[in-house]
Amino acid sequence: MSADKSINITLKVWRQKNAEAKGALETYELNDVSTSNSFLEMMDQLNEQLINEGKSPVEFDHDCREGICGSCNMYINGQPHGPKNLNTTCQLHMRSFKNGETIYVEPWRAKAFPVIKDLVVDRSAFDRIQQAGGYVSVNTSGNTQDANAIPIEKQNADWAFDAATCIGCGACVAACKNASANLFVSAKVSQYALLPQGQVEAKDRVLNMVKQAQKEGFGPCSNTGACEVECPKGISLENIARMNREYLAASLSK
Amino acid sequence: MSLDSKIPEGPIGDKWTNHKNNINLVNPANKRNIDVIVIGTGLAGGSASATLAELGYNVKAFCYQDSPRRAHSIAAQGGINAAKNYQGDGDSTYRLFYDTVKGGDYRSREANVYRLAEVSTNIIDQCVAQGVPFARDYGGLLDNRSFGGVLVSRTFYAKGQTGQQLLLGAYSAMNRQIAKGKIQMYNRHEMLDVVIVDGKARGIIARNLVTGEIERHSAHAVVLASGGYGNVFFLSTNAMGSNVTASWKAHKKGAYFANPCFTQIHPTCVPVHGSQQSKLTLMSESLRNDGRIWVPKKKEDAEAVRKGTLKPTDIKEEDRDYYLERRYPSFGNLVPRDVASRAAKERCDAGYGVVDNDTKEGVFLDFASAILRYGKEEANVKGIENPSEEKIKELGKKVIENKYGNLFDMYQNIADENPYETPMKIYPAVHYTMGGIWVDYNLMTTVPGLYATGESNFSDHGANRLGASALMQGLADGYFVLPYTIGDYLADDIRTGPISTDSKEFEEAEQKVKDEINALVNINGSKPVDYFHKKLGLIMWNKVGMSRNEQGLKEAIQEIAELRDEFYKDVKVPGSGNEMNSELEKAGRVADFLELGELFARDALEREESCGGHFREEYQTEEGEALRRDPEYTYVSAWEYTGKPSEAILHKEELSYENIELKTRSYK
Repeated sequence: MSADKSINITLKVWRQKNAEAKGALETYELNDVSTSNSFLEMMDQLNEQLINEGKSPVEFDHDCREGICGSCNMYINGQPHGPKNLNTTCQLHMRSFKNGETIYVEPWRAKAFPVIKDLVVDRSAFDRIQQAGGYVSVNTSGNTQDANAIPIEKQNADWAFDAATCIGCGACVAACKNASANLFVSAKVSQYALLPQGQVEAKDRVLNMVKQAQKEGFGPCSNTGACEVECPKGISLENIARMNREYLAASLSK
Repeated sequence: MSLDSKIPEGPIGDKWTNHKNNINLVNPANKRNIDVIVIGTGLAGGSASATLAELGYNVKAFCYQDSPRRAHSIAAQGGINAAKNYQGDGDSTYRLFYDTVKGGDYRSREANVYRLAEVSTNIIDQCVAQGVPFARDYGGLLDNRSFGGVLVSRTFYAKGQTGQQLLLGAYSAMNRQIAKGKIQMYNRHEMLDVVIVDGKARGIIARNLVTGEIERHSAHAVVLASGGYGNVFFLSTNAMGSNVTASWKAHKKGAYFANPCFTQIHPTCVPVHGSQQSKLTLMSESLRNDGRIWVPKKKEDAEAVRKGTLKPTDIKEEDRDYYLERRYPSFGNLVPRDVASRAAKERCDAGYGVVDNDTKEGVFLDFASAILRYGKEEANVKGIENPSEEKIKELGKKVIENKYGNLFDMYQNIADENPYETPMKIYPAVHYTMGGIWVDYNLMTTVPGLYATGESNFSDHGANRLGASALMQGLADGYFVLPYTIGDYLADDIRTGPISTDSKEFEEAEQKVKDEINALVNINGSKPVDYFHKKLGLIMWNKVGMSRNEQGLKEAIQEIAELRDEFYKDVKVPGSGNEMNSELEKAGRVADFLELGELFARDALEREESCGGHFREEYQTEEGEALRRDPEYTYVSAWEYTGKPSEAILHKEELSYENIELKTRSYK
């Protein structure tokens, strides 16, 4: 933690013109970075400097800047979303860095997340996994039964909520040596598995979503737990265990 | 053109049912031959896309984000209102309707608001059926909490992440239709124009944000669900990409823009920390259920707090000014947002602000007494006799953590202070825009076949929106209103067949978009886009913000026009249009904000009264409350574009109140 009000840093940033081009780390010096700035505000400052120098600014994904949309995705000093746990890149502040520090900034690395440009990667594989079964097949007429018709045990409702807080950023994949998407897939599977509304389609859901993840090129899970450590929302490994149980049961009964 | 709001006949409680019984329907087989474009995939756009596809229409949905799940509805925190009356505290459709009209300071359209209240209960049923994990009590039933401006508990929530859970629900409904091929999803695409053929909206021009390619897309109708324009202030709680471009392009093609000056400044946000700040973060209004807002009673204490020589926790109870409880004893800390924001500004302007920034803008939001209250309750429940104060605090903090844990973490992250131990510092920030594209009862704009839903339209919140009502409106419009009203229009299109994109209208629109992009890239000036955006934001905040006066507004109009000229001479957009180029995206959006800003200020100048979020200093009561002028201003201002914002023509939709008596709002 830095006690200084502003710091000078050296940045090593991954630059890659497009998906086909070969990328490389470029070095930039950035001075007078306020320690109350967020990491992305520091990147804004870098881009302003680059534009003023006539160079092309660094492309990166970001939107809400309050840790909930899941857009931002920087691999900072070898960790997805940087050194703080339970934190997205946009919620990381420069007070977490020291004056004179060299900071490495890279995109997520995974076969299923190809680089589009600089730090921007294509995470549409996550959408396709959800399309394979991450829903309850209920029409949107509003003519369903009353919301309080089925009481749900508070513990299950809370666990379902905890699983549902996944922001789909992909840090779990970036953290995994196998680039596995199991934490992401299991969070959605668990949310529905814990709720009565999800029971009807539970078997098809888990089989189809796991199949799609494999098809997208995400690797297998070897239970090392790096995903859980790096997950900004603290999604628990228990979800993977639950998904495995659901998967086994579904495979045996099909 | 005169404005026809198309409000159905009959008593207010029957209007929606009667209307649905009388409008045209499209038979399921014919729906397969009709295409609808939806711009935006937040709660309004996501739910509309899903429902339209389910009904059988072919939907093309567009979002600028890399996934529809990232639309900014995701950041809504506190909750969603519905007149379920599960708490048995006297809630009803009428009461939700009444609260919303009163909260909006009597500047919304009665019939639309009543319909919103009416369908609110379906939303909760629908979301639960989709597997949205709302908060529940130990009996397994849904829990509720209370929000500003109301005296019942009707807000459903999922911790401080209600928007996220509702949006993921709508996203899952979309996914089901995407998997079936009924929705074609265009991620990383931005709409840059509406195409009008024979007077009807028949498609859009969009830019593929990955390749830079300019694309033509046709449809039988176009639905805007592109959100609000709070980012005209540069600093706001909106996402960085939130913009007015889709709405503004539609405005330029004939859609009237209504009440642009009605903007919500949310009272509880983390204060500004410095000049490089890129956005502001909201602390949910739900915190006002348990947090008490105060500033020091003595100016010297406020100064010492700012200097860091006095801790807020060392200020004695009698030296604190809980100004909301003092001024508004009956609603206290739960007054509506506009009232709470102005009260904070009044204290800070008077010199009692507690944050050490340029403008000394900040007040305390304190949880100490809630922690003690909950701690004592918990000790009783757990049967702990004579608990120590330490134990009480420990138990109380756990309760608070359960209710607001993620918000407290978020605050600590940004402010680097522990809000369980010391009060939060907060200040108002731009949050939501009640104004937007004018729509009739069917949510159709003044352009046939062009619809506007959710925050992008103007219809339901009048001059001030109540907390937890944005989510309600987005989903009501998308799930339960638009999919039915649009059928009435599309019924005439069953024999039209596919709309060609080879017409001269598409060609011209595409060429215009390309020319505008080339112009921006070729200015090659000396200042980056953000320079202009920040300058515009400051003009807006200082002269068109929480309080406005004639002179300031006239200056703002002048300054914005000058800034716009400077922008087109001196902006520097690196790179080209044929690649991923976020500076170019920003430039296009800021260009539109620079035009909207001027219309916004004009609208504020024209409305010589104070109502809701629009506070004209010339029109206030002796106690400093907003002074409406009902005989002169009970209307919607709908602006028609004629080439320049300064030459826009004002049309008025008179508002009539048949079911609620026009009264001065009082929360005292």
